[in-house]
Amino acid sequence: MPVILATDLIVYFLAAAIVYFAFSVMGEGIAARAWAGIRTNRLALVCMAVLFVYFSIALLDSVRYRDRVFDDSGRHALTEKGEAIYSPQALSLLDRALSDLRTNTEKSYSAPFARYLFTKESVELPNGEAVRDYPAMKHPGAHWLGTDKVGNDVLFSAIKGVRTAIVIGAGTTLIMVPFAIFFGVIAGYYGGLIDDIVQYIYTTLASIPGVLLIVAFMLLFGTSGYQGGLISQSQISLSFFVLNERLFWLALILGITSWTDLCRLIRGETLKLRELEYVQASRAFGVSKPGIIARHIVPNVMHLVLITFVLQFSGLVLAEAILSYIGIGVGPQMGSWGNMINTARLELSRDPIVWWNLFAAFVFMFSLVLPANIFGDAVRDALDPRLRTGKGWH
Amino acid sequence: MLSYIIRRILYAIPIIIGVNVLTALLFFYVNKPDDMARKILGEKNVTPAAIENWKRDHGYNLPSFVNTEEEGVKRVTETIFFQKSVPLLWFDFGRSDRNNIDIGREIKTRMWPSLAISLPMFTAGLVINLFLAMMLAYYRATYIDIWGVVLAVVLMSVSTLFYIIGGQYILGKILRLFPISGYDTGLHAAKFLVLPVIIGIIASIGVGVRFYRTVFLEEINKDHIRTARAKGLTEGRVLFKHALKNAMIPVLTNVVVSIPFLFYGSLIMETFFAIPGLGNFTIDAIQSQDFAIVRSMVYLGSILYIIGLILTDISYTLVDPRVRFE
Repeated sequence: MPVILATDLIVYFLAAAIVYFAFSVMGEGIAARAWAGIRTNRLALVCMAVLFVYFSIALLDSVRYRDRVFDDSGRHALTEKGEAIYSPQALSLLDRALSDLRTNTEKSYSAPFARYLFTKESVELPNGEAVRDYPAMKHPGAHWLGTDKVGNDVLFSAIKGVRTAIVIGAGTTLIMVPFAIFFGVIAGYYGGLIDDIVQYIYTTLASIPGVLLIVAFMLLFGTSGYQGGLISQSQISLSFFVLNERLFWLALILGITSWTDLCRLIRGETLKLRELEYVQASRAFGVSKPGIIARHIVPNVMHLVLITFVLQFSGLVLAEAILSYIGIGVGPQMGSWGNMINTARLELSRDPIVWWNLFAAFVFMFSLVLPANIFGDAVRDALDPRLRTGKGWH
Repeated sequence: MLSYIIRRILYAIPIIIGVNVLTALLFFYVNKPDDMARKILGEKNVTPAAIENWKRDHGYNLPSFVNTEEEGVKRVTETIFFQKSVPLLWFDFGRSDRNNIDIGREIKTRMWPSLAISLPMFTAGLVINLFLAMMLAYYRATYIDIWGVVLAVVLMSVSTLFYIIGGQYILGKILRLFPISGYDTGLHAAKFLVLPVIIGIIASIGVGVRFYRTVFLEEINKDHIRTARAKGLTEGRVLFKHALKNAMIPVLTNVVVSIPFLFYGSLIMETFFAIPGLGNFTIDAIQSQDFAIVRSMVYLGSILYIIGLILTDISYTLVDPRVRFE
């Protein structure tokens, strides 16, 4: 029985967008222009490959279904009405592919590649005597990055954080882009009162410090949704959708706080485009305003959208970790590097220190954010080198 | 000049009102006082009478925006919005939901630790970033510049959380140079402030240097710089006098964005280092779900940002005579 979370839809949409871009590289649109700039840049190509690996993991982790429950006699269990019963656990393809990592848990902390647990316990010897020693692990040497406090594999937790990072980094921009384009274009093209209203809205939103607005929204909306773990029947609507999801709220709220910059950029670009000859020509030919916007304005601001998309990605991934650290990010049952850092903080004050949780989160985060930064710069340089100065321009 | 400043302030008024209404909508309309009371009193075993009592004690027993039971002006004034949100306009923050503390007084005392950490972090960070960026611009297109940019990109790809945890561990725990966290009154606070200031500066170098470098490079390619070089000025003098002066506008714009953070510090910095400032206050309020405090801080942050914007616009006219007052 498939289960589709609200954020799964975002990942599917992203996958479709990537396929679309891959095919339109041959054409003459922005994808082709971006590709022409990246193709000769070997470093950017490597970064693109890394990002693609991360995205593939996220996609695998976004296709999920629930298994049927077996009864005592080993057959599929049925309700009294004869309907199939499904487990409340919706495992993704990634969970199933890595089921060894997921299920091979230990009792507590163990160092990477260790054969014995990290802390001494009283161990019973074969002759009945009890000594304090490091107990042998159930799966010696199987945990490449060790295990955490409750014995879960750290490598697996880190891999589970990939989907969260991708959803926040890419999904947030995806959600806010339609609003930014719509308001930016109508403000720039129609001008007058509409322009004043749109400017007023985004100036007001931009004056509230982002973190605090996110905090306010998350305290109000984010607490009721699905936070990972088991899915109860009441959270499922239309038999396989889980739409009220905390991670989705987080992406939406980050989107609300981050669309203003893009909107301002698009408005400025539209003001410029409006006066160009070909736009005036189509106006003279009697093309309607919505027609001009759809045919001439929107396609010509898309490069700004693509640049914003790649440049915001890394910042959003870093923001997610901080929000999870404050306690308003994703729930504790959802894989997240921010949550791993949060627990690792106390582990550093142990003696000897438990470093592998922090290490895993660092390596996974750094090897996503660094390529994203380099790739983002390459895309920006290919599409619009003038935007180099980036943030802070009005 | 004066009329420009007045016009700029008048322009800010609708935005301040907008922020006020938006926070009120969020905190009183979307989040009903009943829910608030239930969260404060604990989810279980709450009687309707207890909720009513709590709402009356904290002044939440009125309608949100329009009081239909009253006549005349009181229709508007006898509402939660007027009693709780409008006083924010003259910085009357009221009392907190949970412990009934005076938020305004709390802000006044906690503002100083926040400033004590963020002011040195900010000014020293700005000077260091500008200096390093200028070095890269001076050595542009050499290996120093290329590797400098690479290093900056690497530095900006590391989460602040790692800088803080790593810094606390290496400088505080292993080398024992500074106390790991804590705070003290008066001058004794200094020894607690060194570590967060150093870490804060290191965390800002990646983004800062890269940004200011592009600003300088843009400036260096302009005509007046070429003229200065043609006059026979040394490259250092060209950079530090002519380029720096003209790069002030983007630098100033970037500085303003940080002004609110001067006051309530960096949220996470203060919790990690146990500094009793506004950031710590906010995080505590978030974790105990005290909406009155969160609302006050949202509003205060916005006001500081708007003041910062006005100050930048005024300072533009000071650093660049071409910017007119119209």
